Amino acid sequence: MSGPRLRVRFAKHGKVRFTSHRDVARIWERSLRRAGVSVAYSAGFSPRPKISFGFALPTGFSSDAEYLDVEVDPDWVLRQGFNQADTRLVEELSASLPAGMQTLAVAELSPGEPSLQHAVTSCTWSIDAALADVGTDAVSGLSDVIGVDEVAEAVSRALSSDELLVQRQRKGRLSTADIRPAVHFVEVQESIKDGVRLRADLATQPQAVRAEELLASLHPPLRVLHACRLHQWITTDASQRREPLAVPELSVAAAGAAL
Amino acid sequence: MWQQLEPLLPRVSKPARYIGSEGGMQTPRHGPDVVSWLLTYPDTYEIGLPNQGLQILYEILNERSDSAAERAYAPWTDLEALMRSSGLPLFSVDTHRSAALFDVIAFNLSAELTYTNVLNCIDLAGVAVRSAERSDSDPLVGAGGHCTYNPEPLADFLDFVVLGDGEEAVGDITAVLHEWKMSGRTGGRFGVLRELASLSGVYVPSMYEAVYRNNRLVAIEPRYPDVPPVVEKRTVADLADWPYPKSQLVPLTEVVHDRLNVEVFRGCTRGCRFCQAGMITRPVRERPAEQVRTMVSDGLRRTGYDEVALTSLSTADFSGIEQVVADTVNSAVNSADCGQVSVSLPSLRVDAFTVGVAAQIQRARRTGLTFAPEAGSWRMRMVINKLITNDDLYSAVESAYSQGWRRMKLYFLTGLPTETDPDTLGIAELARNCVELGRRHVRSPSVTVSVGGFVPKPFTPFQWFGQNTVVELRRKIGLLRDDLRRAKGVQLKWHDPAATLVEGLVSRGDRRLGAVIEHVWRNGGTFQEWSEHFDLGRWQTAAEACGVDIDSYVHRHRNSDEVLPWDHLSAGLHKDFLWQDWRDALNEVGLEDCRWTPCYDCGACTGYGIEHVVASAVPPAGGSQGTGMDLSSDGAVPVRLLQRSLAGAAK
Repeated sequence: MSGPRLRVRFAKHGKVRFTSHRDVARIWERSLRRAGVSVAYSAGFSPRPKISFGFALPTGFSSDAEYLDVEVDPDWVLRQGFNQADTRLVEELSASLPAGMQTLAVAELSPGEPSLQHAVTSCTWSIDAALADVGTDAVSGLSDVIGVDEVAEAVSRALSSDELLVQRQRKGRLSTADIRPAVHFVEVQESIKDGVRLRADLATQPQAVRAEELLASLHPPLRVLHACRLHQWITTDASQRREPLAVPELSVAAAGAAL
Repeated sequence: MWQQLEPLLPRVSKPARYIGSEGGMQTPRHGPDVVSWLLTYPDTYEIGLPNQGLQILYEILNERSDSAAERAYAPWTDLEALMRSSGLPLFSVDTHRSAALFDVIAFNLSAELTYTNVLNCIDLAGVAVRSAERSDSDPLVGAGGHCTYNPEPLADFLDFVVLGDGEEAVGDITAVLHEWKMSGRTGGRFGVLRELASLSGVYVPSMYEAVYRNNRLVAIEPRYPDVPPVVEKRTVADLADWPYPKSQLVPLTEVVHDRLNVEVFRGCTRGCRFCQAGMITRPVRERPAEQVRTMVSDGLRRTGYDEVALTSLSTADFSGIEQVVADTVNSAVNSADCGQVSVSLPSLRVDAFTVGVAAQIQRARRTGLTFAPEAGSWRMRMVINKLITNDDLYSAVESAYSQGWRRMKLYFLTGLPTETDPDTLGIAELARNCVELGRRHVRSPSVTVSVGGFVPKPFTPFQWFGQNTVVELRRKIGLLRDDLRRAKGVQLKWHDPAATLVEGLVSRGDRRLGAVIEHVWRNGGTFQEWSEHFDLGRWQTAAEACGVDIDSYVHRHRNSDEVLPWDHLSAGLHKDFLWQDWRDALNEVGLEDCRWTPCYDCGACTGYGIEHVVASAVPPAGGSQGTGMDLSSDGAVPVRLLQRSLAGAAK
């Protein structure tokens, strides 16, 4: 038996990106209360607010596409007269968030809509990458900075190979995994200060691939300077995909620009 | 400095410690006409952020037009290493401003083992650790908090120290510094410190000379005629004038005491003889109940917290506490969108009736309960003036079990004056009996016994007592461990006696301890509060290198005529009152709570022309008459209220 659910899309940029997934959960619990959203609680010995989040964003990464589903009190929905077209709740929820976090959209979910963890199949990332063997505090000069062409070659080599092996630490054991099937798309976009900017679509199912893993599988190996999640995707059938909650590009750009 | 700090953060643990951005963060205005304070807690962010003293001063200083305040915390060892290798100084978390740019770096001193972190923070700020080596353009380094009642071990490192409540003192200090700053720092550092020394509640260590004879401290004297021979503490007469914090900080990452905190009164006159807080914060000053209600409802709305703690040294003593708790609940229920709100009452000294109320309203979250009998026998509790009988404890424990609790915690001290082995073993007996009582009500009841070694503190009747040695404390813990080995359902935990030794060394040390603290710090001894970093060997090496005899500071009983390192400071208490109380302790004579009985002239009120501010002329039912019992808990007694059941009950 579940009550009405709202899906919220939010952005996370700037200083606040150093909060962890658990921190963000706590921030939302408080922000929803501050904004006066009457969240449903689980029954039982230790009631918890019914809020669920999608795939954890690694601490330090920013995002234009974070999501949460929250079950709300049906009476509150009635009182509030929640309305998809009404942006007031979006504004109220943004106002109650810390600087750097912004609510982009809110929508009521249709009953039976699967959870984010189940539904989301891939994410689009913007990844700022540099050569892996150069320390961040090195001031050694140009020779250590990798160029767009070099990375583009490395990427095309990787995409044309049958397998891309990475080392994974799982429950204390080191294992080798082939991430090639999970790398849907990689494109070198531009040169940045210490390296290059990539755009990549990485699968989250059956097993999620991390941006670090993609970069480590290239030759020469790269490391992540910074990454931003641009989209999360739900595959609807063989070739179609949609976002859990689409927003106009404009408001996403505004969120990023605010910091 | 954010640009330099940002690239380091992906490489450290818990980077959210360093980003600020909390709810309630102030917007400080800096400028040549503004005195800027960096309020610093010398331990990690998660320990320091909730500190209410710093939060109160943070708001007061930012409200004034002539001052601004930001906050800093000790960076953890991983970030410190990166900061040092890339030349980054200590910074504020609010605007990430370099510490050296502030006019004042002010520390909260709440625990002796943080002192090496104080030196480390000063050094990370790029300021000379010894005050004598600082220049006119360096920030002034100050301190406040309970440990400043004996600031002597830090005398060489601190420019000024505030005794007592800081609400008014920071304003007075700001006014002096503002004038000095506007005058182009006329008179230099020495001039302004000398002026600060004349302010009430402000102690400037460099204006006093410690005199030793035969390796014994014989006097601490003012160096100049205009410097007062005794520095009196500051006391805010009426808490109603200071409804702070008005917008408590809401951290973005997990911290201790992560909830709304509303201080319901300050001071405590229960008179527990081991308790420094109860001695130095007298008299009792209650906040008006109406103001408490407003602060709770405004605070919950502003912060989004779902838990509020009504704080004090003994919250059940607040006049009409039940009504305030009930009102808190009701207001949460009435503002329908707030959801569930739990009320916790830390330091709860509770009689059976209050236990009943608590049980009635906290069905949802029955977390741990903590009782603090402090000692294992009635005789011992007479000595320490914690007047609760074994039966008081048993009936409190039994009512908790009967209402469904299965686990509780009991807090004890060992190494108390006159303690015998039967007193110590009384702890084990109490614990076993509590579990036995529990079996009548619940399946597999459990009791966790937490034992801490007693550290005598300045301005308490036990300030003359020679602390137990590490060997003796270990022996007593061993007695308990052996006795409880086969006791089903009893877990024994204890504080490391080696850490207790260092706490004892620093808490009653004099200026000669400064060299020891500096030695420990210079050899890498930071974060000594953390067991993974604490190292007794470092302290012993340092004491030896500095010619400091640990035994004489820690384990020696003092006589009434001995000059104590804090004799030139005053918490209002008459020394002969404390001495009489010490004699009474040894004679196992109790002393009643003066807020409801005639004054026995300890000095805390009469000396300053203030008095108790207490709404009720009688003690709470069952409490305080020598039969009261403690239902205190470190995490508090959470009273979580289910909106629905209460709303139902109201109908």
